[in-house]
Amino acid sequence: MAHEATMSPLAHADDHHGEHHETPNVFGFWLYLMTDCILFGSIFAAFAVLRNQYAGGPSGKELFDLTNVGIETAILLFSSITYGFASLNALAKNKTMVLLWLAVTFVLGVSFVGLELNEFSSMIAEGNGPDRSAFLSAFFTLVGTHGLHVTCGLIWMVVLMVQMMGPQDLSERMMNKLACLSLFWHFLDIVWICVFSFVYLAGVM
Amino acid sequence: MAQAHAAHDGSHGSYSSYLIGFVLAVILTVASFAAVMTHALSPGMALAALTVLAVVQIVVHLVFFLHLNTSSEQSWNLMCFIFAAASVIVIIGGTIFIMHDTAINMMSR
Repeated sequence: MAHEATMSPLAHADDHHGEHHETPNVFGFWLYLMTDCILFGSIFAAFAVLRNQYAGGPSGKELFDLTNVGIETAILLFSSITYGFASLNALAKNKTMVLLWLAVTFVLGVSFVGLELNEFSSMIAEGNGPDRSAFLSAFFTLVGTHGLHVTCGLIWMVVLMVQMMGPQDLSERMMNKLACLSLFWHFLDIVWICVFSFVYLAGVM
Repeated sequence: MAQAHAAHDGSHGSYSSYLIGFVLAVILTVASFAAVMTHALSPGMALAALTVLAVVQIVVHLVFFLHLNTSSEQSWNLMCFIFAAASVIVIIGGTIFIMHDTAINMMSR
């Protein structure tokens, strides 16, 4: 992916006939996201099988705090639209506003990861870590994998913001990178829809 | 290039399309939480409602945030997505089906 993204912008400049077409880089990244879909599908399948295997430990009803989940959901949803505003400003070549909206998205992303780590650490502190039951192993694997993806997205976002302030500016190459991160970020929000619906909300019923 | 980008915003969305997507997503999310937290539905019905709301919200996100559509420019993206979605349905559906049958035959629940 890094190799693709650093391809010379001149290499595919000829493909543009006055109109923006999706570049092979962005399509390649889309294919990666589809494999990520399968990864999450497999982890969701494991969770679906193990969701009732409490081994005498606590169930979701006793563990999950829906207020916290609601706040996390709201944060991710807001971060989706703030990233969208960054994309629109990038198209309008308004670099200051791109950086501003990316910074807002970053802060929202960090608070999401913070809330999740807080939830995890309090569960582990109460002895309900991933080693407590099969249900909790599956829970920590699924939600943790999503959280890890968000963390990677945040690191990627900082890298792009630093690069954008350098000579790359809002070049064609940078636009491709922003488009890939946009797909990644919005994709993670889609995964979160399934997490809050089938893990948290279905878990407290 | 700059003017080409600015003029051609059909596949990149606009402020109004992002806001429409956002409002729809908020409504669907609130409906999901309400379906469970109000205890108005039986667990089976609530799970069915959650599934329908989640699928609709995924479509909303795909259309308004990921700009997936049926235009010829997006046809490969759409094709790959449909294949991935079908694979995920087989993986999850098949796993639940087989493991449920196993559990019943082994009388483990």
